Amino acid sequence: MSDASTVVDDRVDTEEITDVEALVDEDTLVEEVSIDGMCGVY
Amino acid sequence: MTVQTQARPGRLVDLFERGLDAPICLTWELTYACNLSCVHCLSSSGRRDPRELTTAECKAVIDELERMQVFYVNIGGGEPTVRSDFWELVDYATAHKVGVKFSTNGVKITPEVARRLATSDYVDVQISLDGATEAVNDAVRGPGSFATATRAMENLRDAGFTGFKISVVVTRENAGQLDAFKAIADAYGAQLRLTRLRPSGRGADVWDELHPTAAQQRQLYDWLVANGEQVLTGDSFFHLSAYGDSLPGLNLCGAGRVVCLIDPVGEVYACPFAIHENFLAGNVRSPGGFTSVWRESELFADLRHPQTGGACTKCQHFDSCRGGCMAAKFFTGLPLDGPDPECVQGYGADALLARGEVRPPKPAVDHSHRKTRAVPVSIGLSPPTHAPVSACEESPLAGFRP
Amino acid sequence: MAGIDLDRPWRLHPQVAVRPEPFGALLYHFGTRRLSFLKDRTLLDVVNRLDTEPSARAACLEAGVAPADLPRFGRALATLAHGDMVIERTSS
Repeated sequence: MSDASTVVDDRVDTEEITDVEALVDEDTLVEEVSIDGMCGVY
Repeated sequence: MTVQTQARPGRLVDLFERGLDAPICLTWELTYACNLSCVHCLSSSGRRDPRELTTAECKAVIDELERMQVFYVNIGGGEPTVRSDFWELVDYATAHKVGVKFSTNGVKITPEVARRLATSDYVDVQISLDGATEAVNDAVRGPGSFATATRAMENLRDAGFTGFKISVVVTRENAGQLDAFKAIADAYGAQLRLTRLRPSGRGADVWDELHPTAAQQRQLYDWLVANGEQVLTGDSFFHLSAYGDSLPGLNLCGAGRVVCLIDPVGEVYACPFAIHENFLAGNVRSPGGFTSVWRESELFADLRHPQTGGACTKCQHFDSCRGGCMAAKFFTGLPLDGPDPECVQGYGADALLARGEVRPPKPAVDHSHRKTRAVPVSIGLSPPTHAPVSACEESPLAGFRP
Repeated sequence: MAGIDLDRPWRLHPQVAVRPEPFGALLYHFGTRRLSFLKDRTLLDVVNRLDTEPSARAACLEAGVAPADLPRFGRALATLAHGDMVIERTSS
């Protein structure tokens, strides 16, 4: 997976939902992590 | 399949760095009393503090956690099961919609207890183990501790409790045993958890000789990447993300933002690795209870403001490692706006040299057993034939082999 | 990831706790110990309506999701379904 330096395309134009998949991260409304994934709980 | 969170610009990491209205989860040390004297104990536990929260006070804390919708607590200590109200509190928590994982050295995990745990849906168990062999483990945790943990794990397995956690603090001495740890976890139907050694509590006294070498850190990172989400880490190795892809987890310091510590006398610290006045946010016995400490304390407000990365912001890896662990820096006497002592780029090692002979900060209280502060670390390059006798051992014949 | 069938009825898994947040919500599944972050308040609204609407599509529209945005919300629901956070409703 790419790191934080990936350039994100933040065009605001509306509706072309065609190549949405290509935008990957910007579009996801849900992110998941294990409850074990918070640092500071031993 | 879990989408891996990473430190991308904006969005989730920034949201959490600003803090939430309630913790997501937290560590609650129920007692400073412990039957062991592990050399690296982050809370310098051993002797019970006479000001411990009462059963009623503990239940009031649980009521608050329920109201705040804290999803689960890791109940630790010391050894939490030595409290006579331990089960009463665990049951109270789960009845009030707060999930429980408790961390234990296994001393009270009898077959009966294991059976009881196997039938409980919302209680998870974490057994501490710091060596895949008795020699390596007992050198850190004391004679008999490996046997105690093993007995507990056998009892859990025999009771049908699968998926309990085996939690290992990675040290210079056990860094070569990662495959063996995985095999132990597999053998018991448990899930392996590897966590970072920090120079906190008694850990400060042994950090120089026990923290992994740079080469071992790299091997550890590669091993964690290879083993994916089969192995938990509690996000404790986010400083290693500078090597490449992030490991699973939020990949940020959660202290005072999404997690914190409640200690046995009600003190609220930013995190269990930061038990020191500088990271003390308040006390649950104060008028507004835990809720007001979490939401209104100056310390937490400070942590929730954008942190200056200082010298680290110029490094291309800063977005990955976020400057590392606050507690690791603090207890090695390094500035918080500089590199982590174990910075994978080596900047931390440089900083330690530059720091010179300053005495790092220590907390005001120490609950270690009195005889000596820690089991002497006499570990050579190969595991000793016999584990050293614990400093708390009372028999004059202990260790005597005619 | 394929989308879910938006025309079936869905519901939150009974072991999931929902905690609203300014940015959206936290969802925690007590059985799988999985934590999901909803990064959008409208999505939270959708999730809260699932149980009382005849279909996921209806829940989205009632929550004010524009038809053009349905695929995006469908993908979000698919992620939640994949993690067992939302399940198909079997009763009528």
